[in-house]
Amino acid sequence: MILSNTEDVPGQEIREFYGIVTGSSVRAKHIGRDFMAGLKNLVGGELTGYTELLQEARQEAIDRMIEQARSTGANAVVNVRFSTSSVAQGAAEIFAYGTAVQVE
Amino acid sequence: MEDPLVQIGAQIIPFFLLMLMGFIVGTTIESNHYREIRKREAQTRHLPTISFRRPPPSWQITSTALVHGNTVVSIDYFKRFLAGLRAITGGRITSYESLLDRARREALLRMKASAIENGFDAIVNVRLETARLANSSRNGQGTAGVEIFAFGTAVKLAS
Repeated sequence: MILSNTEDVPGQEIREFYGIVTGSSVRAKHIGRDFMAGLKNLVGGELTGYTELLQEARQEAIDRMIEQARSTGANAVVNVRFSTSSVAQGAAEIFAYGTAVQVE
Repeated sequence: MEDPLVQIGAQIIPFFLLMLMGFIVGTTIESNHYREIRKREAQTRHLPTISFRRPPPSWQITSTALVHGNTVVSIDYFKRFLAGLRAITGGRITSYESLLDRARREALLRMKASAIENGFDAIVNVRLETARLANSSRNGQGTAGVEIFAFGTAVKLAS
């Protein structure tokens, strides 16, 4: 599966459109990570635990989007976009969406 | 009966200690991080990172993939206090500016690193996103951090 955030796959042509495909993942931070982040908040800098958490969540959202694209028979997803929202205290939703297409 | 001065001291001293610790550790981390960022930026300069929507038409592209990098950062106790003071008079909050600058450059560097690792020659349509993460303590009002996410389409060129 080819992913791209441009409007087409560079170097290839779009033959067919299959419509929007989406994938999302809602993650909460576990207590250990939250505690460490609380400590880190005193000194500032990168909160590695959260970086990894969101990285995993985003990968899962992408995987779900790919899964959906595969079920439509597409071989690429173009114009992929992401959005993040804090849905509840200590939880974040990562959402990935794009247009499933057939490219050659 | 306790001395009122002792009571006031007991409330103020931990606050100042936290501020001092935040200041010293935070400043050290920041200067180290900037040094590292500059070094890695010099190492990855050979990889063109373009925010144009399409690659230049002259490029012969053989394969593409989505690449991304992210960072979650937060500000230290001392700088948060200074920023609070700054909110009274208004104006630039330099400490937040440098924090976000570091986070963006770090996210871009991670994105570039993953492109280089997989043998790509350039990244086009680079986009940056910023999202605020709510903290679970203090009723979600405290700032846990800000996530910077960089993504783009990596391309391999025919040599």
